[in-house]
Amino acid sequence: MFRRLESFRKAALLPFLAFVFAFFIGGVIIALSDSEVLANIKSPGKFLTSFGAKIGNSYLAIFQGSIYDVNLARGESFFKGFYPLSDTVVNATPLILAGLAVALAFKSGLFNIGAQGQFIFGAIAASYVGFKFEFSPVMHITLALLAGIIAAGIYGGIVGLLKAKTGAHEVIVTIMLNYIATFFILWILKTEAFLRPGSINPIAPEVKESAQLPLFLGEDLRIHFGIFIALLAAVFVWWLLNKSTLGFKFRAVGANANAAKTAGISTGFVTFTTMFICGALAGLGGAVQVLGTNHALSAEIGSSYGFDAITVALLGRATVTGTVLAAFLFGALQTSGLNLLSVTGTPFEIVQVIQALIVLFIATPALVKYIFRIKKEVSEKSIAAKGWNG
Amino acid sequence: MSLEIKGITKKFGAFVANDSIDLQVNNSEILAILGENGAGKSTLMNVVYGLLQADSGEILVDGKKVKINSPADALAVGIGMVHQHFMLVPVFTVAENIVLGHEQSQSGVLTLTEAKIRIKKIADEFKFAIDPDALIENLPVGVQQRVEIIRALMYDAKVLILDEPTAVLTPQETDELLNMMRILKSKGTSIIFITHKLREVKAVADKIVVIRRGKVVGNVQPSTSQEELASLMVGRAVDLEVNKSMSSRGSTVLNIQDLSIYDGSGRSIVSKLSFEIKAGEILAIAGVQGNGQSEIARAIMNLEPHVSGSIKINNAEILGNSVHESIKSGIAFIPESRELDGLIGTFSIAENLILNTHDEAPFASFGQISKSAVIDNAKARVEEFDIRAQSVDDHTNSLSGGNKQKVVLARELSRDVKLVVASQPTRGLDVGSIEFVHERLLAERTSGRAILLISTELDEVVALADRIAVIYRGEILGIVEPSVSREKLGLMMAGVK
Repeated sequence: MFRRLESFRKAALLPFLAFVFAFFIGGVIIALSDSEVLANIKSPGKFLTSFGAKIGNSYLAIFQGSIYDVNLARGESFFKGFYPLSDTVVNATPLILAGLAVALAFKSGLFNIGAQGQFIFGAIAASYVGFKFEFSPVMHITLALLAGIIAAGIYGGIVGLLKAKTGAHEVIVTIMLNYIATFFILWILKTEAFLRPGSINPIAPEVKESAQLPLFLGEDLRIHFGIFIALLAAVFVWWLLNKSTLGFKFRAVGANANAAKTAGISTGFVTFTTMFICGALAGLGGAVQVLGTNHALSAEIGSSYGFDAITVALLGRATVTGTVLAAFLFGALQTSGLNLLSVTGTPFEIVQVIQALIVLFIATPALVKYIFRIKKEVSEKSIAAKGWNG
Repeated sequence: MSLEIKGITKKFGAFVANDSIDLQVNNSEILAILGENGAGKSTLMNVVYGLLQADSGEILVDGKKVKINSPADALAVGIGMVHQHFMLVPVFTVAENIVLGHEQSQSGVLTLTEAKIRIKKIADEFKFAIDPDALIENLPVGVQQRVEIIRALMYDAKVLILDEPTAVLTPQETDELLNMMRILKSKGTSIIFITHKLREVKAVADKIVVIRRGKVVGNVQPSTSQEELASLMVGRAVDLEVNKSMSSRGSTVLNIQDLSIYDGSGRSIVSKLSFEIKAGEILAIAGVQGNGQSEIARAIMNLEPHVSGSIKINNAEILGNSVHESIKSGIAFIPESRELDGLIGTFSIAENLILNTHDEAPFASFGQISKSAVIDNAKARVEEFDIRAQSVDDHTNSLSGGNKQKVVLARELSRDVKLVVASQPTRGLDVGSIEFVHERLLAERTSGRAILLISTELDEVVALADRIAVIYRGEILGIVEPSVSREKLGLMMAGVK
């Protein structure tokens, strides 16, 4: 038990410090981009106070905008203050699923840049089943989710197949498939099958109520059952990697493809299966997004979830727990953006700067170690994605 | 020039790699430093060459104390080093590599004329054959090593450190190197020769220092017997003779007919090769590295993509099967590189022990791996094969070469196999582990398994094999008895029938 805790501390230390440092730098940027703070530059005392106040207010706004807002609870129930947290969870849900799609691929030694495209295909298929057919509620949700899983699984599987059969590099293939998905959804939304009757707006009909993921904390909150689907998927991926024979093959190929091959493990099979499952996970994310949050398919359904997923998986060091935690962090940051703008006037984009900084510092462990004067003990296990010649 | 090392101590954390080591090499003298892998030989030489700094102790050149903080300092006082892994740029010519870091230019353009003249002069003086304009990547390993030596001599090295120089060489190249060392010595160069090969030490050294666990455990003369040297090195009595008992041969297990192997561009690596191995027999394929023997082993495992002919195990054709099916047909495979092909370094010992049986009972049921079965199996194997590790959960990365190989052996030999394919099974191992591997292979022979041994070590081949097939450029030049003379074997390996 102690050994396990110790290894967790080692694994989490570096991301945590990167996170702290990114917030520090982010704070400096927030303060220095503020004209009022800069106006005080001539008198050091005033400058420092306003500098500190600005940073403090901004981080308070981020906290209030993503977790608990006292202003909402005032005069109402204590519980109401947690409204922002509900949005954080809603934003984290697609990031968990797409993040797992990237993290699992890392474990097999593959770099899945294609979560974005897989996410979109999952959303398209789930939306179609959701608005086109009539079933009983549980049945309808199940079928719509399955449609998303299968469509995106195939979309991911194509990558695996191409790599296994022709040696095409998955990074290039997935980037190209992302383009295809982005433009495919624009096109399909203008076809008769997806247009609302009598409308020319590129937005699909809402999915039937029987296909919508139910809200479970009342009508006021956006939080829906999708989070349980995401967490269930996380448990599945954990089981797959750590307990199953299939996951053993995945990890073996990811860690040393030559030895895996010599031991009779088919790398082609592993590549294909991994990419199928990764596509299915990202597609499930798209399906949950459309059935739970958006209800109607539009070209913006994918947002940048599939790309943020790469960041999330990297921040989580490609582990299941890490990815889930990182997804919540990013969900919170994104939720807080609006509040940050309205309360402190800090532009929304600063949140993305902080996100980028976190990843930057994770990618440069030597820098973080130097800043925090950490000795070698922190594990430097790199994530196993291969280079262009791999 | 004489070089003296006094009381050098080097620690890595709590680990003492060098414990107050003293040694001295005089003008025109070859000093051999003998020791097992991990004894601290390379650390010591890295200290002398300025790549590492000692915690205490001093280095004296011609009786004067010198401070060596970098390889440049070492070169300045006349110490040159040839590393085990060459520091050459493959796409550069010999001359370009030699001037690397000391380039001369004329109005910004690199000039090699002067360098080439000096290279030629050194080559003539020491009777080295070398073409300054040849590309490094086109040269055999032995010649590449010569380039390294010339580079050291170009910068006036008077003491030359050779770190395991024969590890990568063929028997012929080794003989050439030993000759070269004698010539260098006769011209006044001192040599520190680091190795763990007893025969070479006895052949060329003027005096021998034996290092074990970071300490000098013996200052001996080359007349010391091999057994004595080995027991000094290992720290216990070592039986260098392999005791091979008679074994009864059974029916043919492996039957290879007209085996041809091609590379990706269709060039022939092995052509029309036929041989068979019976149960209870060891057939060794002897030959200089790179003559197609590695590919034969891989072809039997169906790891080679372009193969024709026939490979039969107990009369059943296996060529064209998947790797998985080859393993299932009863072949144990000990690959040439345990780090690259044999083990997954970041997996635990327990996981590595089920690498090719992880989806069979008792390790797997309904797609799930039974952790307790995996751990039980690992504990039994660790015990049986004497694998030294703190826990079966340790990554194999953290094991010594010998223990890594034991993990591979434990996995492969514990299955129900008919044929053992062992490719360079003792490469890079220490004496104790080599002994273990040899005993284990002979035990397999006694228990009636057929064994294909692929090795470049003549001693090993002669000691273990019942028959020796000598391979040269992808063809078997002949199959001989192990009683044949070493000269004959050496000639055959060089392509003379």
